[in-house]
Amino acid sequence: MKIHRAEEIWLIIGIAIIVISMAITGYQAFALGMAPPSGMEHIDPQKVDDTAPFNNPGVFQTGENEYEVVMTLQIFSFTPNKIEIPAGSEVTFTMTSKDVVHGFQVAGTNINAMVVPGYVQTITQKFDELGEYLVLCNEYCGAGHQLMATTIIVK
Amino acid sequence: MATITKETVPSQSTVKEKIHGMLGVNRQDAKLSLVLISIAFIAFLLGGILGLVQGLNRAGLFELPSWLNYYQVLTGHGVLLVLVFSTTFTIGYFYAAFSHTLGGLLPKVRKMGWAGLGLMVIGVVFVATTIIMGDASVMYTFYPPMQASPWFYVGLVFLVLGIWLYAFGAFINVAHWRKNHRGEHLPLLAYFGVGVFVLLFIGSFGVTAEVLYIIPWAFGWIDTINVMLTRTLFWSFGHTLVNIWYLAAVSSWYVAIPKLIGGKVFNDSLARLVVILSVVLNITGGFHHQIIDPGINEGIKFMHVFMSLSIGFPSMMTAFAMFATFERTGRKKGAKGLLGWVKVLPWGDVRFLAPMIAMISFIPAGAGGIAQTNNQLDQVVHNTMWIVGHFHLTLGVSVVVSFCGIVYWLVPHLSKRVLTPKMNKLGVIQTLIWTLGMIFMAGSMHIVGLAGSPRRTSYTTYGDNATALGWDPYLFFLAIGGTLLIIGCVLMFYIVFHLMFKAPKGETAFPIAEQEEGAHATPYWTERWTVWIILMLAIVAMAYVIPLVDMIFNAPPGSPPFRTW
Repeated sequence: MKIHRAEEIWLIIGIAIIVISMAITGYQAFALGMAPPSGMEHIDPQKVDDTAPFNNPGVFQTGENEYEVVMTLQIFSFTPNKIEIPAGSEVTFTMTSKDVVHGFQVAGTNINAMVVPGYVQTITQKFDELGEYLVLCNEYCGAGHQLMATTIIVK
Repeated sequence: MATITKETVPSQSTVKEKIHGMLGVNRQDAKLSLVLISIAFIAFLLGGILGLVQGLNRAGLFELPSWLNYYQVLTGHGVLLVLVFSTTFTIGYFYAAFSHTLGGLLPKVRKMGWAGLGLMVIGVVFVATTIIMGDASVMYTFYPPMQASPWFYVGLVFLVLGIWLYAFGAFINVAHWRKNHRGEHLPLLAYFGVGVFVLLFIGSFGVTAEVLYIIPWAFGWIDTINVMLTRTLFWSFGHTLVNIWYLAAVSSWYVAIPKLIGGKVFNDSLARLVVILSVVLNITGGFHHQIIDPGINEGIKFMHVFMSLSIGFPSMMTAFAMFATFERTGRKKGAKGLLGWVKVLPWGDVRFLAPMIAMISFIPAGAGGIAQTNNQLDQVVHNTMWIVGHFHLTLGVSVVVSFCGIVYWLVPHLSKRVLTPKMNKLGVIQTLIWTLGMIFMAGSMHIVGLAGSPRRTSYTTYGDNATALGWDPYLFFLAIGGTLLIIGCVLMFYIVFHLMFKAPKGETAFPIAEQEEGAHATPYWTERWTVWIILMLAIVAMAYVIPLVDMIFNAPPGSPPFRTW
């Protein structure tokens, strides 16, 4: 099998794209802690209301400029429904679904996670800019999917 | 006596091949392919109409009547185009290719083809009925614990069984040819066909297991279901299916286009290597649909960046081969300078123009795919309209426009008619309208998705939220694109059936490009399919054994069914 010289160069570029992609993605994931949300903790999806911490959803201060939002997702709403946090705080969302698969996305940020029944999903984000952020479900969850939204107010 | 019969068998078959070569297409084989292609384009028209309805609704321009639900329409659009159109066209095309390049289908295989069609029709009837009755608004991904009518899943089983019959038919026909042509290379187009049917067969194992697991749950025989397991099994198939059509499109780029523009196959060995790599590396790519899922750890997700990106490698080989073919052919025709060959290409010939546009669109589409496979970048666009834009470029242009390009010579070849200059002109217009529509639609989908607009969501402003209102102008462009696309869709429907029943009678050749004179012989190891299949299974095992075992033996309590629409 004979490969043209130009094609060799072209394919080396192809391999380089893969290798550089791997290096950047790996560095960001493991050195900078930017790995995609991968909650491994389990929960009984039929007993969410009786299982801590989801028996008491809400916004909790966990440190200076640190907050945890314990959130349940269900058709077609987020609980808690209104979230207010001060600017400059780092917020960890701890979430689970009470019914079908939902998505948790905050427009204008990199927050994007699948919330699958049976698993506790977490994602952390620092909110520096003031304003109102749109939170929406981005996984089709039923007839009222387009209504499933809330806001985060950073003030 | 016995020995005499044995000796005469091969010579009989060569005589048959010669007769076949003189008379052109085998009528009986052509009928099977034409029926499959007809079903494909009926699904294409219906799916296109549902797409328009959806696009207009999404832009807030059209309110659906109370008896029709957006998500029902979207499920229909996905099933018709993703499952019915692409599968029936791919099978019809490759069965015609087998018939042409392997000296006709065996009578047994032809029968299996009709039986497979019957099974697929039964399957589609079940699936379509449940969707129309509003009992299966679950999208073509049907993620549990959302639960459709059990008959929806039963229909899917019939669809898969139909596909398997076609795969077995293909393997039998190819095995028969090889028995009579020992030491010879399978013709390149049939070689692509083997790759496609190997993927269709083995790639559907995961989804078959999933559906067989869902059915007892859907009938209420088991109470709960393992949600992550079903998602993972689905995507082991979901992305493979996409690459199957892509491979079908690519086969026409390698085999037919050089012939149509008066060139030769660039490099037979490398073309076969592309098929092998596309088969071996394919199934594991599906994992990138689960990059932001819980229940899969970060290490596995990182490994899968490589598994998914590696499929870009054969695409790079294809890109090189295509443009090298064009340049060589152009220079042979006397083109001068660095880019002079571009001008001598037959741009006015729709059989070239359509696949050429398909290839060009794969440049941004493939680049977008590589970008969004990287974990952190995927997180930005996952489940947004960006993804919808991405697969309307890859499938809606690269695949669909290639398939349309195939129609212009395959349908007249099968129906013993010819493509007239008038039809060619209409085809050029169709291609341009379709392309423009997709530029508008997929372009605005990419932009609005990057801004955060979610996929699979009917028109909403989320209570007049300022961010969501800012997306409206892009959604308007989406609707303009959708409107152009329906014009292209109806034109294509007309063209297909005109070429089938109305075009002037005549002979149209099946374009099969030859190798360059003095080309290096293709090494025979390319024919060792057992090796490639074992290699493929090894890579699938590497990718899936650990996460699947973890999902099964370390599962959270299961989910009961929900009907949320």
